[in-house]
Amino acid sequence: MTAAAGSTDADLGLLEKARAGDDEAFAQLAMKYERKVYRIAKNITQSDEDAEDVLQDAFLKAYEHLKDFQGQSKFYTWLVRIAVNESLMKLRKRKSDRTVSLDENIETEEEPIVREIAVWDDDPEKRYTQTEMREILDKAIQSLKPIFRVVFVLRDVEELSTEETAETLGLSVPAVKSRLLRARLELREKLTRIFKRKGEQILGYV
Amino acid sequence: MVTCKDFLKEMGDYLDEAADPATKKAVEEHIHNCPNCWVIFDTTKKTIHVYKGMDPQPLPEDVHQRLVNVLETKCKKRKA
Repeated sequence: MTAAAGSTDADLGLLEKARAGDDEAFAQLAMKYERKVYRIAKNITQSDEDAEDVLQDAFLKAYEHLKDFQGQSKFYTWLVRIAVNESLMKLRKRKSDRTVSLDENIETEEEPIVREIAVWDDDPEKRYTQTEMREILDKAIQSLKPIFRVVFVLRDVEELSTEETAETLGLSVPAVKSRLLRARLELREKLTRIFKRKGEQILGYV
Repeated sequence: MVTCKDFLKEMGDYLDEAADPATKKAVEEHIHNCPNCWVIFDTTKKTIHVYKGMDPQPLPEDVHQRLVNVLETKCKKRKA
């Protein structure tokens, strides 16, 4: 169970207190989710500086808008939405010459690439230290285009549902699914190059 | 009969356990008979697994402290 799904009741209690003006309760919510918000921001913006700005802005916004929180979604999902929007704004600002749009039409692009067909070594997690593993995974994510990266981060790293991801990004469910598949296949391609069992024959894919 | 191309298209829903029973059965039949697609399925599943298994790292202490400071300032302003 994810932290978000497993703690809704506790969040609601804190949220009620925070809304009634208990700043300590809000601080507790912030401490609970600061790591996740920072990770989302870092994964999307790929910058320490931007990620820290997003972290601060997201919690300031959440604090300012506590009264607007409807309680229909989970607090965590609401917070993620704020963090994602702030992160995307950072991306757009940075690339003002080349707009980063989530609406970019990807349907006309080429089919997902599948080149590396090789089984993985058993338990790659045991062959690498946690730090090495993190580096490998981060580097692979960095190589994705933002429109694929954002969807992958929300679905497979932060474990939002397809519907929550679609709602957060203002995309249709089919668009989320096709981008997610593309992202997963691209990452699979990169990780297979690292994790494949040595000496394994690479079969051609027809 | 599901082709490799069909399989790739359906793999996402299958991995997310969102495929309808007929598609699920067709996909399973295909990967049972097509070693390449089985490898793609297996390594994609493992790709998702390694990412899901990563806990968020603790915040660098200075980043955490600056967040605390920013929030404290904000709270004091509201109370003032």
